[in-house]
Amino acid sequence: MRPLAAADAYEDELLELPAWSLSAAERAHIEVATDWPCPVTREWAWGGSTGAGARVCVVDTGVDAGHPLVGGLEQAVVVHEAADGALAVADDDAGDVGGHGTACAGIVRALAPQCSLASARVLDPDATGRGAVLLAAVEWALEQRFDVISLSLSTRRPEFAWRLQELTARAYFGRSLVVAAAQNRPVESYPWRFPGVVSVGSHDEADPWTFYANPRPPAELFARGVDIEVPWPGGGTVRATGNSFATPHVAALCALIRSKHALLTPPQLKTVLSLTASNVASAA
Amino acid sequence: MSPPPSPAADQALRALLQRIVETARAIFGAAASSVFLLDAGRRELVFEAVAGEGAGELVGRRFPAGSGIAGSVLATGEPVVIDDVRRDPRFGQEAAESTGFVPETLMAVPLEGSGGRALGVLEVLDRRDRSRSPLEELELLGLFAAQAAIALELLTSARGGEAVATEDDGALLADVAAALARLEGDRRDAARLLLRAFRDLADGSATG
Repeated sequence: MRPLAAADAYEDELLELPAWSLSAAERAHIEVATDWPCPVTREWAWGGSTGAGARVCVVDTGVDAGHPLVGGLEQAVVVHEAADGALAVADDDAGDVGGHGTACAGIVRALAPQCSLASARVLDPDATGRGAVLLAAVEWALEQRFDVISLSLSTRRPEFAWRLQELTARAYFGRSLVVAAAQNRPVESYPWRFPGVVSVGSHDEADPWTFYANPRPPAELFARGVDIEVPWPGGGTVRATGNSFATPHVAALCALIRSKHALLTPPQLKTVLSLTASNVASAA
Repeated sequence: MSPPPSPAADQALRALLQRIVETARAIFGAAASSVFLLDAGRRELVFEAVAGEGAGELVGRRFPAGSGIAGSVLATGEPVVIDDVRRDPRFGQEAAESTGFVPETLMAVPLEGSGGRALGVLEVLDRRDRSRSPLEELELLGLFAAQAAIALELLTSARGGEAVATEDDGALLADVAAALARLEGDRRDAARLLLRAFRDLADGSATG
């Protein structure tokens, strides 16, 4: 165990570490020691799990449910402006109007083949209401009690920060774990910066099961985010890079864990993730 | 009441945007680079500046803001790199419609103004310089877009007579300068042109 007196020195050491993404070359520098009393292994956490029974909501540009690499949706909704000007949630059959959401859903499906997937489409036609639309979608997803809410998006608009903070806190103390894409540089945007969510940046290794606990948050975990073959609406695939695509890897892991350990709360799930990260001693 | 837009400021900012796409193209050794501006009233994205392929015909062209990869990037706020674009028929067609040719690879990053206001999207097509790792490419793209967003916000405010917020611009410029200082050869020359354009813009604002 690191003695308390060494804590200041550790803080200084931290400043030398990568903060916003992790290249394979930097990997050796972020070994994290733990003296957690009981081993929490990957085998215990998600060994044998297919994600069956776990429900994941992808809040994004919509999802092409018919794409073979997505394999159907439990539900698809869209956040839209109702006649009275208020935002409302309605069933959606438009599929994916951007492509981004199908790619994210395909990544969840690849890792958690039997989880239930849902889509909440937030691609706002005038693209200026991202904060309000995002709030409405997250609130809806919370009401639906999804196990995991995957957000490969963020807003920089400060007027939405407090409400997003409140919603992610409600998720954290409830049943839903919010997994959110971090920015790859020190940008003030939300909700990934809030401690109640799991925020995800990218590493550049090829193994989808490799993920690292970042000793220098707010980007909390680094998951595979480079050069991933993903489904794209229209039936084909493309290769994609970005934190958007690292995020659903962690969402899928959460689905696998929740499927096997239904009683784990969001704070407990976060702890399991940090203890099973590839750079944490107890994971071996 | 807002003052009328100044044609001189508009021209200076257009020149600046052109420098931005030219620099983005040079930094990544790309076939083309474009800046799109969001026309929120008409819910459309408009080509404001293009360097390389399509430079002759695309400026001024419009397409719906609520769809496609540019729409996705605008909606999510996340930079993305898509390779093997041609493997997906719909993507290939969409890309051709918005760029004038079918690229093999596409980098797209949102341009956000002060307070997170969505301004538009910067795209870099068919980058040929692969000397950087993908993570470094993403970081540079993001930094560069943050810089372009400042220019774009100045342009839109010159047109609309709005106030411009400039907090953090100094720190951002320092980051960009540090990133650009690591460049070599032609790319460094292009970067110098960009920084000079910023200086000219600042001089123009001070004297005009």
